[in-house]
Amino acid sequence: MALLEIRNLSVDFKTAGGKFRAVDNVDVAVDKGDLMAIVGESGSGKSVSMLAVMGLLPWTATVTADVMRFDGQDLLKMPARKRRQIIGRDISMIFQEPMSSLNPCFTVGFQIKEALKSHLGLDRKQRHARAIELLEQVGIPAPEKRLSAFPHQLSGGMSQRMMIAMALACKPKLLIADEPTTALDVTIQAQILELLTDLQKNTGMALILITHDMGVVAETVDRVAVQYAGRRVEEQNVVDLFDDPHHPYTAALLAALPERAHNRLLPTIKGVVPGQFDKIDGCVFAPRCQFADARCRAVPPKPAGKELGDALCHYPLIKGQPQNKEMSA
Amino acid sequence: MTDRTAELEPPAIPAQPKPPGPLKEFWNSFKENRGAVIGLCIFAAFLFIAIFAPWIAPYDASEQFRDALLQPPAWQEGGSWQFPLGTDPLGRDMLSRLLHGARFSFFIGIIVVSLSLVTGVVIGVIAGFSPKWADTLIMRVMDIILSFPSLLLALVLVAILGPSLINAMIAIAVVLQPHFVRLTRAAVMSERARDYVTAAKVAGAGRFRIMFLTVLPNCLAPIIVQAALSFSTAVLDAAALGFLGMGAQPPTPEWGTMLAEAREFLLRAWWVVTLPGVCILVTVLAINLMGDGLRDALDPKLKRS
Amino acid sequence: MLQFLFKRLLTFVPTFIGVTIISFAFIRLLPGDPILLLAGERGVAPERYAELAAQFGFDQPIWRQYLDYLGGIFQGDLGISFTTKRPVLDEFFTLFPATLELSLCAITLAVIIGIPAGVIAAVNRGKFFDQALMTTALTGYSMPIFWWALLLIIVFSSGLGWTPVSGRMSLMYFFDTPTGFMLIDSLLSGQEGAFRSAVAHLILPTVVLATIPLAVIARQTRSAMLEVLGEDYVRTARAKGLSPLRVNGLHALRNAMIPVVTVIGLSVGTLLAGAILTETIFSWPGIGKWMVDSIFRRDYQVVQGGLLLIATIVMAVNLLVDVLYGMINPKIRK
Repeated sequence: MALLEIRNLSVDFKTAGGKFRAVDNVDVAVDKGDLMAIVGESGSGKSVSMLAVMGLLPWTATVTADVMRFDGQDLLKMPARKRRQIIGRDISMIFQEPMSSLNPCFTVGFQIKEALKSHLGLDRKQRHARAIELLEQVGIPAPEKRLSAFPHQLSGGMSQRMMIAMALACKPKLLIADEPTTALDVTIQAQILELLTDLQKNTGMALILITHDMGVVAETVDRVAVQYAGRRVEEQNVVDLFDDPHHPYTAALLAALPERAHNRLLPTIKGVVPGQFDKIDGCVFAPRCQFADARCRAVPPKPAGKELGDALCHYPLIKGQPQNKEMSA
Repeated sequence: MTDRTAELEPPAIPAQPKPPGPLKEFWNSFKENRGAVIGLCIFAAFLFIAIFAPWIAPYDASEQFRDALLQPPAWQEGGSWQFPLGTDPLGRDMLSRLLHGARFSFFIGIIVVSLSLVTGVVIGVIAGFSPKWADTLIMRVMDIILSFPSLLLALVLVAILGPSLINAMIAIAVVLQPHFVRLTRAAVMSERARDYVTAAKVAGAGRFRIMFLTVLPNCLAPIIVQAALSFSTAVLDAAALGFLGMGAQPPTPEWGTMLAEAREFLLRAWWVVTLPGVCILVTVLAINLMGDGLRDALDPKLKRS
Repeated sequence: MLQFLFKRLLTFVPTFIGVTIISFAFIRLLPGDPILLLAGERGVAPERYAELAAQFGFDQPIWRQYLDYLGGIFQGDLGISFTTKRPVLDEFFTLFPATLELSLCAITLAVIIGIPAGVIAAVNRGKFFDQALMTTALTGYSMPIFWWALLLIIVFSSGLGWTPVSGRMSLMYFFDTPTGFMLIDSLLSGQEGAFRSAVAHLILPTVVLATIPLAVIARQTRSAMLEVLGEDYVRTARAKGLSPLRVNGLHALRNAMIPVVTVIGLSVGTLLAGAILTETIFSWPGIGKWMVDSIFRRDYQVVQGGLLLIATIVMAVNLLVDVLYGMINPKIRK
């Protein structure tokens, strides 16, 4: 049984200009000890779908799903109080901006111990010992001293380690890392990623890494889901994905990696992710797709099936060549 | 985002509607705020009454009807439609006095705000552009004025100048003016470092021109909001001074003064006490509602209360 | 922190000097001869006039007079009241506890109701409760409190007969007032019903005086909370699975309090201005009523001294607020 199972998740935002669908019929399945990534451009709804799992969306958002189950428990029908017992204990999340994600008015020690108190009911001494243990685990020197530091006294990398320590406090079964390295210096980025993967191996928790960086994905995770404009367009394990992407969007993303570029000019994907006011009838990627034809612009595609990575495309690629194209001609 | 898509695809509608002008844009966000619109309507009515009071009011404000002292409002027993809101202890028609009172309150608001706004803004701009010692000196003086409770300082000033409506207005203007100075100075300081000011300097604009024609128009948003809020403070403080006997003197139909005159009839005739207060409250509330709307529409960052 | 405190203290000195200049200038700015004004209606004989002029130093050059005045202040000499013939400072200290008691009750009421109201409104932003609360707050903020006091007297004192109309204590009780706070002194006196009487006398003035600070605090708390609720660290707190009470009431409120504390401090000036009206209406024997009475009695030594003392209190409180601000804002604390 999957640890986290989501089927047909959609999230709508009320905005001044009407409803905006940020996530559209997304499926996610994560097993125990899984290490996966959700990749997409900004605005593709990758963070929103995970915030929906955590129940952290603002009140302007409406979440609908056929199934949203964690560890056998239905998150949708659960009362808020019960859900809060899972959030922060069994599922935890770290965010993009470590500096602003820590409360400036409290010491980091207070903020780490808080979860220990509310979820595990440890006494003061146990909390202190566990907090020190956690700081050691995330590689913070002189943990005893750091516990009484205020967030503004820490560097960005240090803050993100604190956030990770906080997230790990109750030994979660699933950790969601939302672009954990985007706001950090390049040298620190690698350290934090290594720390996350090490922790994942050592503790056996599942890890979902949300990122826009294909390079990060290649080095870190086992399985990749690619999102585009609120939809999941493809999901494969990492080796196969890099070897043989089935969706034209994935192919274009990979082609845009500097390591893979053969020409002097780096290839780019023309256009931008469709916004709230762009009305698209067919495939959402059609306006930017080099293979798109009349059918792509008129008819929304269906997932292509497991062996093709569930590619959301009328003509999934195999070895860079669109399939079934002649059928429609 | 949408701009860039537009570059790629030929625009669907060739003639794009023009972006709304600043006034239109301001009005659009102002009318979003229901309270502000209500405030504006009440204020418009208040303005109308203030201008046309002598023609709307059934009687003169000081005309006394000796056979109708303390007559209750029309709907109460003993009242008549001759005096819809009753009469005061001297037999004067309440409605007429209240309508004329709107004139005084509006007059007070306009004069006090203009006085304190003009002096405050000029001093603020000068402080913002002066060398450090002069700036410090000006701001210290403002600090000193602000360390007296406003009403107390106004009272003392009136004691010096002698109790009258004009002196009360001067006193209130003096008390309100440091707020304009502080606000203007802060806005000028942050605008002064902008590139367009440097550009104007390079282009050879004179000092005076830069101060008042280049920089000041860009600092107006918070000043306008403060002006609206000062208007309500002025009305309130003038009424308070009138109530203490240090503002408008009887028989002026100023709302605060009317309240002071009516105080001893507190228990016998509710209308002489209640009605002037309701007028003050509604006017001040309407202006404050409007001020809130102005603030939200002009400058969303100015979320102070 | 110490450096910050020192810097702040340095700005206190010139402001204080300025305040002394203003209160010094006050008597000299009054139209007419100061001695005739001080002597009152009866007028004075020429020899007595010269005597008085020498006594008050009016025959000295103006800078000399100011320095003498300043010297007097530092020795606690603020002149003598013409009506009671007692030193102004003594009068002030007899009356100040009454104002302090009233102000403390009012600000406590404003904080206890205003902060939770602002928090609840912010959390329920846009809903009915928020709108109702904010309309009420704006109404309170626009309230002419002298009229509000009269209304409350009509309803609660004369209509329902629940509370007395004026004063601090019923005439039935008489006891020493070692602290000057009626609530405490009435308990110390051990007289039955005295404490209840003190409370009953306090209720209406407290409500009246608290109205505007309460509205300001509620509005400020709401807008500070709205700003803070969108912050990343509030999301972090929710991601820990903490209860809404803890997220809003601890994580968010702690940060929102930083601007609110400033507003509470600034409302001390408002409070003292409000005390002038409130004390006058309820015949509350505090410094607000004392000032108004003295202005009417032309007891200008009292007005001068009171002006200086009240401004000094406001400045001291502002200083205290700045220090407090530094203490609750860890970025300054270091």
